[in-house]
Amino acid sequence: MATDAKQIAQVVDAKGLSCPMPIVKTAQAVKMVAPGELIEVLATDPGSTKDFVAWAKTTGNELVEQTVDAGVYRFVIRRK
Amino acid sequence: MTLTAEPVATEVAVPQPATVPVPEHEHEASPKDVLIILYSGELEKTWAAMILASTSAAMGVKTRVFVTFWGFQAFVKDSKRITGENWMQKMMSFMQRPGISHRKLSKMNFLGMGPWMMGSLAKKYGTASPKELLAMAQELGVEFLPCQMTMDMFGIAKDDLIDGMSEPVGAASVIALMSEGAAPLFI
Repeated sequence: MATDAKQIAQVVDAKGLSCPMPIVKTAQAVKMVAPGELIEVLATDPGSTKDFVAWAKTTGNELVEQTVDAGVYRFVIRRK
Repeated sequence: MTLTAEPVATEVAVPQPATVPVPEHEHEASPKDVLIILYSGELEKTWAAMILASTSAAMGVKTRVFVTFWGFQAFVKDSKRITGENWMQKMMSFMQRPGISHRKLSKMNFLGMGPWMMGSLAKKYGTASPKELLAMAQELGVEFLPCQMTMDMFGIAKDDLIDGMSEPVGAASVIALMSEGAAPLFI
């Protein structure tokens, strides 16, 4: 189930960035949206698949969706 | 004509008791916190510390970095060439150039060739530099606590430090944070 693009409040483009920048940039973006709003993160760092699960678990934000398409990882996060 | 001495004013300032308030123990840690003791000043260790500090803060974990001994020079402004008051302190600072952009590798430094190669590789693979990570960490609320003793010993003034550093503290503050449950990392 793909999230409707209209529902995304903010997009974080972390493509080409390595650890820990995708997480750091996401943490900054989360502060910019209201609780309940969605953030889409695009990354190419393969380590980010595990890192985003750990990040969501620790921070309490919800990892709504996780997909990969042609080497680009896409994460949809709902701010708690 | 007799010269009479003017009576000398005998008003002596009565020393007032010192009324410097004792600061409260302001850094109260919880078992979810992270405390990095950055003791080393090499490029790779400064880098690792900055990665962990920024990530920890990004994960919503209260993060503090106590900077001490060789770790200290990374928190002196890049523009500062020499710190210290006496020749020994100046010599020490000359031999370990201040600033986070001037860290050397512990291995394969090759007169700066190693750090240059690390920097080039980092750029190529999208890895943020220690300086960028430090700025991110500060933005995300990481507290950087300078070691008072190191400042005194190396003759580092508050003005020499980068902006946004916390008030200098001593070992007791660090131990207190650990005893309150902050996970310590000694780098």
